[in-house]
Amino acid sequence: MSSPSSARTASPPRSVPAVTPRVSPAGRPRRAGRRTALTASGFLAPFAVLFLTMMVAPICYAIYQSFFTVHRAGLFGGTQSTEFAGLSNYAAAFGDHDFIASIVRVVLLGCVQVPVMLGLALLLALLLDSRSARLRKSFRLAFFVPYALPGAIAAVMWSFLLAKSLSPFTGPLSHIGIDVDFLSPSWVPVSIGNMITWGWTGYNMLIIYSALQTIPAEVLEAAALDGCTGWRLAWAVKIPLVRPALVLTTVFSIIGTAQMYTEPAVLVGARVPGVSPKFSPIMNTTLGMDLGGQNLAAAESVVLALLTLVLSFGFLKYTQRKGAMA
Amino acid sequence: MSVIYAGRPTRRAPRGTEIASKVAVNGVLGLMALYTLIPLWWLFVSATKKSGYLYTGAPLWFSHFDLVANVRTVFSFEGGIFSTWLANSALYSLVGATVSTLLSAMAGYALSKFSFRGRESVFNVILASVLIPAPMFALPLFLLMAKLDLTNSYWSVLLPSCVSPFGVYLCRIFAAASVPDELLEAARLDGAGEGRTFFQVALPLMAPALVTVFLFQFVGIWNNYLLPSLMLNSSSLQPVTVGLVQWRSEFANGVPPLVPITGAALSLLPLLVAFVSLQRFWRNGLTAGAVK
Repeated sequence: MSSPSSARTASPPRSVPAVTPRVSPAGRPRRAGRRTALTASGFLAPFAVLFLTMMVAPICYAIYQSFFTVHRAGLFGGTQSTEFAGLSNYAAAFGDHDFIASIVRVVLLGCVQVPVMLGLALLLALLLDSRSARLRKSFRLAFFVPYALPGAIAAVMWSFLLAKSLSPFTGPLSHIGIDVDFLSPSWVPVSIGNMITWGWTGYNMLIIYSALQTIPAEVLEAAALDGCTGWRLAWAVKIPLVRPALVLTTVFSIIGTAQMYTEPAVLVGARVPGVSPKFSPIMNTTLGMDLGGQNLAAAESVVLALLTLVLSFGFLKYTQRKGAMA
Repeated sequence: MSVIYAGRPTRRAPRGTEIASKVAVNGVLGLMALYTLIPLWWLFVSATKKSGYLYTGAPLWFSHFDLVANVRTVFSFEGGIFSTWLANSALYSLVGATVSTLLSAMAGYALSKFSFRGRESVFNVILASVLIPAPMFALPLFLLMAKLDLTNSYWSVLLPSCVSPFGVYLCRIFAAASVPDELLEAARLDGAGEGRTFFQVALPLMAPALVTVFLFQFVGIWNNYLLPSLMLNSSSLQPVTVGLVQWRSEFANGVPPLVPITGAALSLLPLLVAFVSLQRFWRNGLTAGAVK
């Protein structure tokens, strides 16, 4: 039993103090500054070493590889020579029909799935935040539970749940005259979208809900005194105030869509006829790599990383500009 | 559309609309809860069915209860590989999360409590790497590991799991919020070295927040699929996610469907327990990441 206002005071907005640089008086000898930098780098070094070897180096290596090709001489690849290939791997990547098709497929899927998921997350967050909601804690937990499940295991589970012979859904649906096979080629994109929505709506809802709770009570009281309630309150006051959370969840979702791999890969393993082993761009590149085309695979990974960065950064910049003009 | 009245102050709303809005709001919330919970319910119910009865009877209710035999089958299948998978998952997640939390705490502390030239650039590089999703690194990482002959070893999964740029980002916020500068100065004046100041003064203050970082990292590694499936060939090195997907794909080659189903249900138990009991920390992490 917690009223909205007590819930609000229970988790006060954590104000993050600005990072205060250590005050260094004007007369302080310069050596102190150098010592600070030295100790700081001591604390940073272990992370930095791993960060450089596990994240930066692979990217550099992939970029390097993407500009070379391996020539094999002799029937069984007896001698190999590596040659500079310029942009030919990139040209090949853009000429790779399957690769481009997988990008288009995932972008289209994301264009439908992301708005549906975030719309649902926003709606649920607003409902949970409203005065009429009961059992807030239980609902929050129920919505968030799928996030704790590994995507691969959730996909294994759904691959059974959506199979025509096993599904608890197809039976009742066919009773009311709707005959669907969720794992048929035309339904597979919907089914994959459903798996992602199922797994991530609660996560996004919680981010938006947390942001809703940081809205000062005075703002809501003032709005209520002006007679602004219900949907109008949500639309005119609450949603604009949680914009940063909406932007953040959108960026995370764009990144998530770009890296789609697990769900379709599991369905391929389960021999679902509607999913090709080249469904998503990452599946394409890993498959290409298995076939020995490491350089092409490297070029395709670079293209993918850049595309993701452009989309997520682009969205951030776009919303920032719009925010500045508004 | 009586939902419209959700949130209307009680003193204004007539009693009827108030009840209607309560029903509508909680009805929608309840429907969503059914959507998230029914699949899990199905998984647990199915795991208890006697083999051969999976396809008969009501899919969402118990029949021919035979859970113990199913669990036994899972643990003895293919020479008991399932326990190895669970142990591998625990190893990768525990070691990876512990190391990455400690390294993130040190780095976040340094970035928050020391001022030095290039601090903001270092931080921005780390932040930018959060925006490139981990799977994009997976393939280049595989190429590099292959070059170093490290693929198909524990290291190929452990080492990448020890780096968490997002953890550094969170730790910087936490260090700034929970470690007062005055305390550090006092420790230094008392003659404590930098290492001692960090481990005995700063680290305990950051501890509650570090649980959050640890938890996110732990679940992230436990749930990872792409990295281990790329890096590992031997079944005995795989975590439980990769193993179960493999069982699912060998469905046609004689793996009975109840094996991956019961296995999936079993593999969720440790995580669900940890998750429900540590809920509070999840919210802290999300809020810190989101509302800043």
